[in-house]
Amino acid sequence: MSENHINISTNQPFNYCLHLADNSLIMGHRLSEWTGHGPMLEQDIAISNIALDLIGQSRNFYQYAAQLKGEGTTEDSLAYLREANEFKNILLVELPNGDWAKTILKLFFFSTYQYYLYQKLINSSDKQLSAIAEKSLKEVTYHLRWSSEWVIRLGDGTEESNKRIKNALDELWAYTGEMFLPSTYETEYAENNIGVDVSSIKIDWDKKVNEIFEEATLPSPNGEGLGVRSFGKEGNHTQHLQAILKDMQYLQRAYPGCEW
Amino acid sequence: MILEKNISLKKIWQILEQITDPEIPVISIIDLGIVRDVHVDENNVEVFITPTYSGCPAMDMISMNIRMALLQNGFTNVKITQQLSPAWTTDWMTEEGKEKLKVYGIAPPVGKSIDQKYLEELKVECPQCHSKNTKLLSQFGSTACKALYQCQDCKEPFDYFKCH
Ligand SMILES: [Zn+2]
Repeated sequence: MSENHINISTNQPFNYCLHLADNSLIMGHRLSEWTGHGPMLEQDIAISNIALDLIGQSRNFYQYAAQLKGEGTTEDSLAYLREANEFKNILLVELPNGDWAKTILKLFFFSTYQYYLYQKLINSSDKQLSAIAEKSLKEVTYHLRWSSEWVIRLGDGTEESNKRIKNALDELWAYTGEMFLPSTYETEYAENNIGVDVSSIKIDWDKKVNEIFEEATLPSPNGEGLGVRSFGKEGNHTQHLQAILKDMQYLQRAYPGCEW
Repeated sequence: MILEKNISLKKIWQILEQITDPEIPVISIIDLGIVRDVHVDENNVEVFITPTYSGCPAMDMISMNIRMALLQNGFTNVKITQQLSPAWTTDWMTEEGKEKLKVYGIAPPVGKSIDQKYLEELKVECPQCHSKNTKLLSQFGSTACKALYQCQDCKEPFDYFKCH
């Protein structure tokens, strides 16, 4: 059908690996913006630690992707020298932090997603993806616990905190649908038992979200949350990603190959 | 040859025992369970290490320290391989290492990391006064591997090395 019939798909999950790496890197980068600005020292430290875990996970995926690609590709060239339209992260993670409630809710949605995703990715027929998932899952378990506690604290807290987390829900919910809508490469690798069929983790994700929301005295979110026009996994991003990359990639682009 | 190889292996493990965690200088990387294996083949040494946490900033430094220590002892061809699976767990920490942590003022991990146990509230003993009447202040302490607790009896806050 299509004119450009270039099928770059081998059995090597390069794009899939990049997608997982980009999700963690961009989420980690966003959280790191809180370093030095957290509402309390303990929370500043906590969110910085979570950022570090996520950036560490992204390094593991980038290193593997670089190995698959060869031709002098490195984890740095993948993180620092790609354009926004080459990034494959979901839109949710690139959204600005907003207030503490929005940051927390975004992390909660994302951690719940990673928690169920990695539980399945451990069974991947690709040994390295399975190993990274196994390693990451332990960390994500803590992220999920920490963010769940905060959702409960804010939802079941003061009138102000409850209002803020409800606002956050209004702003974020539409972006959650993308997590469970497979991209072309996710479909491809799920069929090969290398990747995870993301639509299959939605039930668990919904259940967890509802359970925590109930405890937080928050209304159960309705609808599929599919109101996103663009699709980050396929490289269609909001202008927010541009801004992140401009900041993150500045040094490598201004001084290519610099080291210290 | 086999004898020589065994002597080398023994010597390498002894050298590795001298290398400490950059963030907790009282315990060695062997106590922590980071070193998974050592291979020796003629002049080539390969050390397999596993990171504690994906983003642990100490890992690069530990790799460098291993390389330096082995070089200083005449092992010139050193390769350090990071191994992610099986994932590091606090269960690999030696009993000696846990004891050293306690003396240093960090409560060692309680119990095993299997199942979901490490998500439950645990009775962590205060490394100062040994009271078990302690409470969790923050799930994340000064580094990713630690949580912050406070003793309800002596009132001292302390780090707890989380089960992982
Ligand atoms: Zn005490």
